[in-house]
Amino acid sequence: MQPRLSFVETVVYGFIGVAAFLGIWYVLPTTGLVSPQFLPGPVTVAERVVVLTTQPFAGATLPAHIAYSFTRFISGFLLAALIGIPLGLVMGWFRIVDEVVAPLFDGLRFIAPIAWVPFAALWFGTGVGGPILIIFAGAFPPCVINAYRGAKQVDPQLIEAAEMLGTGHLRMMTEILLPASVPSIVAGLRVAAGLGWQSLVGAELIVASTGVGFMMVQAQANVATSTVMSGMVAIGVVGLIIDMLLRRGEAAIRRRRGMAE
Amino acid sequence: MGSIRFENAGKVYGDAKTGFRALDGVSLEIFEKEFVAIVGPSGCGKTTCLRMVAGFESVSSGKVLVNDKAVTAPGADRAVVFQQFALFPWKTVRQNIEFGLRNKGIAKSERDHLVANALKLMTLESHGDAYPHQLSGGMQQRVAIARAYVLDPSVLLMDEPFGALDAQTRVVMQEELVRLARVNPRTVLFITHGVEEAVYLADRVAIMTRRPGTIKEVIDVKSIRTKENWDSYEKIEDVMDLESFVHLRTRIWKSLREEKIAAAT
Repeated sequence: MQPRLSFVETVVYGFIGVAAFLGIWYVLPTTGLVSPQFLPGPVTVAERVVVLTTQPFAGATLPAHIAYSFTRFISGFLLAALIGIPLGLVMGWFRIVDEVVAPLFDGLRFIAPIAWVPFAALWFGTGVGGPILIIFAGAFPPCVINAYRGAKQVDPQLIEAAEMLGTGHLRMMTEILLPASVPSIVAGLRVAAGLGWQSLVGAELIVASTGVGFMMVQAQANVATSTVMSGMVAIGVVGLIIDMLLRRGEAAIRRRRGMAE
Repeated sequence: MGSIRFENAGKVYGDAKTGFRALDGVSLEIFEKEFVAIVGPSGCGKTTCLRMVAGFESVSSGKVLVNDKAVTAPGADRAVVFQQFALFPWKTVRQNIEFGLRNKGIAKSERDHLVANALKLMTLESHGDAYPHQLSGGMQQRVAIARAYVLDPSVLLMDEPFGALDAQTRVVMQEELVRLARVNPRTVLFITHGVEEAVYLADRVAIMTRRPGTIKEVIDVKSIRTKENWDSYEKIEDVMDLESFVHLRTRIWKSLREEKIAAAT
């Protein structure tokens, strides 16, 4: 096993990676190896991000586009969690539900979120329903699967303990399976958030009239590469923040349970 | 209320003819308010006996009856204390003890009263809001016993409850259990591989044969305990020094050893 790194080492190494990336990105357009029109340097993109915070593009400023995207993301994500987690737990507890739902679910799972785009476009046009449906398609399977796995992996003795204490089906799911599955569920939420956020921007390229994805596709039409890249930066940063928040939540839960991190 | 009866109970895992025979014709009756310990060589099926009474496992042949009714499923009338405690890690001590009462639909004020009593009985008053992982093994097992006792079950099933504790804690818990049994007598089925523990705690000790397990003999401890007045001794080691105790212990040891030797050859 390799030795564990200290916090400072982690930061330093991470910084080296980012710095190298920025360095190459900077060198390529300034030396003329790549035309700056196709690859604007990091400074140009950073300037563009700053400008976009006040100056609207494609109908809104960058923060407003992010807000549109994020609202859709949260709606689709919460919907997926609110339906997916209970479904996963019910499948994990009742064998019969598992048998009925599993084949259907396994089939649907292989339709990638982006493959829902044409369908969503037919149903919702550029209305708010389209992106939400697509995020839902991305976030739903990990919610179901991880709740299901969590429920299946509960220490059998805890289930026996609950049974001998006269626990009914509903309470078994809400007070035993759900809390026991929390670590698995939160891990699932992280995957769901990642897939949901990625799918969203893809969806916005086609079925939206606001949002980061829409802004990027408009910029592409205007050959405004720095604006396209500003959108990419925004997607990356927001995605990172969402993951960081969920990771913190996960760590807090583990600490409260007295589990190793 | 509170009797357990094994009527020629057998357990086979897998096919009835070719499967793994764990238990073979176990017959044993445990009367109301009686404390019976089952001892036997490892793998003889003593835990399976308890699990059948709890309703965790079905009976393959014969019957297992509690209060003259065949056991079909787990239920709060048969509280179990597990070797590994099996406390809910996301619930506090109080919530763990309260859980079964909530399942019974008992009102909040009544629950608070019962939980407070249970905490006091097991000297856990100052740990009500702690989580299980913050407590020592002995403390956790006290919580598990409180969680079982608070339901006022008709029978109490204890599956090597002190097996996971260190020697000192085990002795304290054994003395505690004897104290509990005096204050609040129960029908108890106690599984152990500790002969001394069985003789110290039980009214009768049932010795099992090697697998497929069956009851080899049942030894009466209560009459000797009463005659020799074991209960007048405060400490477990004083009882264990008594000639009557040593005599019983040795007798059970010999009977068990025959089984172990037979199983090894």
